[in-house]
Amino acid sequence: MAVRKPPITTREYWAPGHAACAGCGCAIIMRLATKAFSEAMEEKYGDPDAFAIAHATGCMEVVSAVFPYTAWKAPWIHVAFENAAAVASGVEAAWKKLGYKGKILAFGGDGGTADIGLQALSGMLERRHNVVYIMYDNEAYMNTGIQRSSSTPYGAWTTTSPPGKYSIGEDKPKKWVALIAAAHQIPYVATASIADPYDLYRKVKKAAKIDGPAFLQIHGPCVPGWRIPPEKTVEVAKLAIETGVWPLFEIENGDIRNIKFQRFPKDGKFKKPIEEYLKLQGRFKHLLKNPEAIQELKEQIKEMWRVLGKEVELP
Amino acid sequence: MPMKKVMKGNEAAAWAAKLAKPKVIAAFPITPSTLVPEKISEFVANGELDAEFIKVESEHSAISACVGASAAGVRTFTATASQGLALMHEILFIAAGMRLPIVMAIGNRALSAPINIWNDWQDTISERDTGWIQFYAENNQEALDLILIAFKVAEDERVLLPAMTGFDAFILTHTVEPVEIPDQELVDEFLGEYKPKHAYLDPKRPITQGTLGFPAHYMEARYKVWEAMENAREVIKEAFEEFEKKFGRKYQMVEEYKTDDAEIIMITMGSLAGTLKEFVDKKREEGVKIGAAKITVYRPFPIEEIRALAKKAKVLAILEKDVSFGSGGAVFADVARSLINEKEKPIILDFIIGLGGRDVTFEQLEEALGIAEKAIKEGVEEDVYWIGLRKEIL
Ligand SMILES: Cc1ncc(C[n+]2csc(CCOP(=O)(O)OP(=O)(O)O)c2C)c(N)n1
Ligand code: SF4
Repeated sequence: MAVRKPPITTREYWAPGHAACAGCGCAIIMRLATKAFSEAMEEKYGDPDAFAIAHATGCMEVVSAVFPYTAWKAPWIHVAFENAAAVASGVEAAWKKLGYKGKILAFGGDGGTADIGLQALSGMLERRHNVVYIMYDNEAYMNTGIQRSSSTPYGAWTTTSPPGKYSIGEDKPKKWVALIAAAHQIPYVATASIADPYDLYRKVKKAAKIDGPAFLQIHGPCVPGWRIPPEKTVEVAKLAIETGVWPLFEIENGDIRNIKFQRFPKDGKFKKPIEEYLKLQGRFKHLLKNPEAIQELKEQIKEMWRVLGKEVELP
Repeated sequence: MPMKKVMKGNEAAAWAAKLAKPKVIAAFPITPSTLVPEKISEFVANGELDAEFIKVESEHSAISACVGASAAGVRTFTATASQGLALMHEILFIAAGMRLPIVMAIGNRALSAPINIWNDWQDTISERDTGWIQFYAENNQEALDLILIAFKVAEDERVLLPAMTGFDAFILTHTVEPVEIPDQELVDEFLGEYKPKHAYLDPKRPITQGTLGFPAHYMEARYKVWEAMENAREVIKEAFEEFEKKFGRKYQMVEEYKTDDAEIIMITMGSLAGTLKEFVDKKREEGVKIGAAKITVYRPFPIEEIRALAKKAKVLAILEKDVSFGSGGAVFADVARSLINEKEKPIILDFIIGLGGRDVTFEQLEEALGIAEKAIKEGVEEDVYWIGLRKEIL
């Protein structure tokens, strides 16, 4: 009988022993993305190790590189909060001159990407560096203790968007950096989620094999930040897809009229109500008592889908 | 054979970069340094320099890209000034802490507000505590030479710190002077190839750079920067000697001019040293016992050299184009620090002068000299003076 290759490589670059919380969704992104990257490098260059990682300051950096330890089995560099894309540009340029064959992987949180690092990201994409940038989206600044970012969803509690007598929590719609990245007309932009590891794996692999820049925005729940039990991480992420809160799509060469969707209901009708997603998370507890705010959230999600070219129905 | 060419300070800096053969350059334009990346672009476009030139979207990304490239193990160069340098501030500490020998050329320019594109040293002086080695050039030849020397020192295994060379906005950046361009082979011999043992991003030898340092380790890492900066003193002197042997031009931590029997020694940096030497010549003709000293290396600060200087004079008068509000000039503080535990020390006076491109005139130097002479006779009234202020508009 032919031995089947496992669908996900057994090689590891994110070693056990990192200090992320039990149940951390973003730690799953680190592990899966580096695995996928390695497989892409093997297929493209015949060398599974042919990559280096540039990391922005944030939870995933802090939990993985506490001197004198490291969780990284790949060459890895962290410089500051807002410059992972610029650092990756420099590494890529150096690799060109050194004659290394391979690709650079950059990681940034939603804060380091959607807010303070947006300019560096834009520069890197516009200059067409051979870098895959992964924004791991846990929807707030977790490293500094759960403050809102521009990627925090409407209505969410954070320490800087607390619900109160005059506040429903975060009062702005979520920023979709994937669409900003697509506006650079780069070869590949996609969203992914830890709830669909095969889709995530395929997309990272695809991105890694492209010559030129690619951007992925990947949903990864945060246990203390979302106020969820550790064992619910994947379930919560899955509900985000099933209720229409988290779209899965791919955009090639900035062609937003030809977005490819994954796990999108054929009839455009999401079967599960958003409330099911919300009620699992402490960060939305106050929202469940506020039907108007939930209605507003639904309108925003419909609008987001409209921007993506889809009319959807949310129960 | 070395060639002589008439060129601006910015071109001299670009030529230095070309001769040093960095593999990655990342830069963003800012007056008065814009010509540096322009000229380098030309060298790259014409195939005269085989480097990746990253046309970044800001100075913050310029230095970040340099950090990435240097950490990946290649020789790296950038140029900026003023607000651009200030925008890099955060990453300057990181480059030093990560021990990356990046070299940067600075057209010394004032900081806003008010916005001002002309010369003073506030930009580099404000970065004196970042862990970068600092050179200040008196003329365009020095700008070129001190950038080459910066690479040599920065990459020395006893040092491994980034280094910046400052040359005054417009006075040097935009003024043409004859500059000798050293032979490429000699520069190659002088610098050698950069092959770092400590910084690389090689998939065959994976290492982690830029970690989190807990209180148990942070202080030691910072101490190593201190130690490297201390080591730099010797390494710089060696580099100066080797440079003199190879290229015939002599450099010193502190260059003295007619100091041997001086009662008053005026200390300065950069292009102001040229003006000052002329002033000294004039006053010597008039029989005034005055000398000049030029600080070529500001970090590490030439403490021993200043001590030797202090033994010669009754007054050390510092002329500096920078200010630390609420204290005095930065050079003043450093000179005072050098002498604090000496048994006998001269009077130390500070003159804040020529900020934002205001011309430093002989009248102003006369005024400073008058204050110094008076201090010898009557003692010190104040120790920090602003010279050349337009009192009528205050
Ligand atoms: C210039 C600067 N400002 C602020 C900080 C503090 N800081 C470090 S990480 C962080 C938040 C990171 O949030 P995000 O990028 O979303 O990543 P996460 O921690 O959620 O993984 C902040 C505000 C910093 N390190 N540098
Ligand atoms: S705080 Fe959140 S993002 Fe950070 S390690 Fe814990 S679960 Fe992961």
